[in-house]
Amino acid sequence: MGRYIARRLLLTIPVMLGASFLIFALVYALPGDPIRALGGDRPLAPAVVAQLTDEFNLNDPLWLQYVKYVGDLLQGDFGTDFRGREVLDTITQRMPVTIKLALVAIAFEIVIGIVAGVMAGIRKNGFFDNVVLVSTTLIVSIPILVLAFVAQFTLGLQLGLFPIAGVNDGWYSYLLPGLVLAAGSLAYVARLTRTSIAENMRADYVRTARAKGLPRRDVIVRHTLRNSLIPVVTFVGADIGTLMGGAIVTETVFNLPGIGRAVFDAVRAQEGAVVVGIVTLLVFVFIFFNLVVDVLYAVLDPRIRYE
Amino acid sequence: MSEPNLTTVGHDEAGAGGVTGATDQPGGGRQNSLWSDAWRQLRRNAFFWIGALFGLLFVAMALLPSVFARGVDPRSCSLSNSNGTPSAEHWFGFDQQGCDYLANVVYGARNSLIIGLLAVVVILVFGVLVGAISGFYGGVTDSILSRIADIFYALPLILGALVVLRSGILGRGVVAVAIALAMFGWMTAMRLVRSQVIAVKSSDYVAAARAMGASDSRILLRHILPNAVAPVLVYATITIGVLIAAEATLTFLGVGLQAPAISWGLQIDTGQDLLRTAPHAVLFPSLVLTLTVMAFVLMGDALRDALDPKQRS
Repeated sequence: MGRYIARRLLLTIPVMLGASFLIFALVYALPGDPIRALGGDRPLAPAVVAQLTDEFNLNDPLWLQYVKYVGDLLQGDFGTDFRGREVLDTITQRMPVTIKLALVAIAFEIVIGIVAGVMAGIRKNGFFDNVVLVSTTLIVSIPILVLAFVAQFTLGLQLGLFPIAGVNDGWYSYLLPGLVLAAGSLAYVARLTRTSIAENMRADYVRTARAKGLPRRDVIVRHTLRNSLIPVVTFVGADIGTLMGGAIVTETVFNLPGIGRAVFDAVRAQEGAVVVGIVTLLVFVFIFFNLVVDVLYAVLDPRIRYE
Repeated sequence: MSEPNLTTVGHDEAGAGGVTGATDQPGGGRQNSLWSDAWRQLRRNAFFWIGALFGLLFVAMALLPSVFARGVDPRSCSLSNSNGTPSAEHWFGFDQQGCDYLANVVYGARNSLIIGLLAVVVILVFGVLVGAISGFYGGVTDSILSRIADIFYALPLILGALVVLRSGILGRGVVAVAIALAMFGWMTAMRLVRSQVIAVKSSDYVAAARAMGASDSRILLRHILPNAVAPVLVYATITIGVLIAAEATLTFLGVGLQAPAISWGLQIDTGQDLLRTAPHAVLFPSLVLTLTVMAFVLMGDALRDALDPKQRS
């Protein structure tokens, strides 16, 4: 196991470097001259332009800029944006919002997804099973953008149940965007649980449990559910990284000052350092949780052995 | 050319098996191929027909928009009708500029379809090519190509396409959006093909083809890749829907199609400011967009059920 983790960690390095270089190169290609744009209508003095250009290494070739950037990054220096603000400050300030949003989304995924999946799975082809099948198909088909507006309009505007924008109401303001962000994965969790439960209901150990007269509840919760949750747990784990990406749309529509909103604003404002910093972080989160999930898989299911 | 070769080898080496095989074939008895089985399964699936119906409707809308727009020109507008609500004459009402909204929503289908199809074709060509090479040759080639796929996989689709489109290296417009989406969407197709190739690479019939001197490209094209068609087809069908939704999202975020173009993403973007006063401005493009995505998801789901023999009972 230790060797497996070490090997996976080593493989992470080229992927991290590659992804951040890819974004670095794309940001490098962003149009316009951000230094000159700083001055607005009044042109900056040539000496100031020259100094700033030098400060941000903008005269170096692409690869050298990147090497310098990674060198700084390894020392924990994410650099500054063109206004002199530390990128790390932006990240630490915005991150809690996105983490809360992701936590709410995962809570919805787990609670609604698993409950719906179990109820569908214990009576395969029953009424509730068909309800879950149809509703998950519908949810998967609704683009997150549309779902956000539907939720905002019906639950927020018309019924007035939830705040429709901002984070002024604490955790409460995360409920609606969290639900929207979770929707697609929620449907997937429900289907995954359903398939897994339906499969395990036919297993020998479930028949044994029934035969020795255990109450139905215990058979489902203790025996079937526990064994059925392995693929679900791994999916939810891997989904954390994906949720961070989905946060761009959700945070934009619901006006949440999180990391997704920050990276979107930065792309629009051509703040290269912010874009590269945040994307590198997102890639790291994605890769990290994928690794955790793979290890967790072996821990939860003793039949799986790496090497 | 090698077809007769195959049969003679079969007769020489596996006497009895070859004979029964030969008597079965010319008899013309119904051959239960994967595809005929799948079609029989598919025909009985109501979800498939719902999906196919909406899919056809959407394609027809993209091809003949004037019919569905009831002959109304989407660009002939009158400000006096601004944000008019739906009526018997104008089913979807009017947008902010006073243009007939039904016509505008209908004319938006074409760009969505072109982007969805173009992106999926690029994804398939690139994904199948890279996946086949990676799985077939293995070793260092596979390691490098798989790591490159990992790199793209770690970047969220919307985020990657957002940065590419904003950088302007592809320009703006329909083709640029399709390419940007394909750039960050080819990895799953590649992984699908790669795993299929690895799975059948070591099978006996591939070894037999190789022993008869078939070239690498012939083995790949004739013997290995046909196995990957089913999963790739399922994936491609669902992905068209996903790509159409992604296009609307990118356009909504301001980096996809631009104003003179007619697009659902633009309509939703303009409509979001009117959510309180004229909710139909967001409702109708969202509804049509959702039905379109649903059409492809339903067809893809039904295809998967039909093509996966393990699920059959």
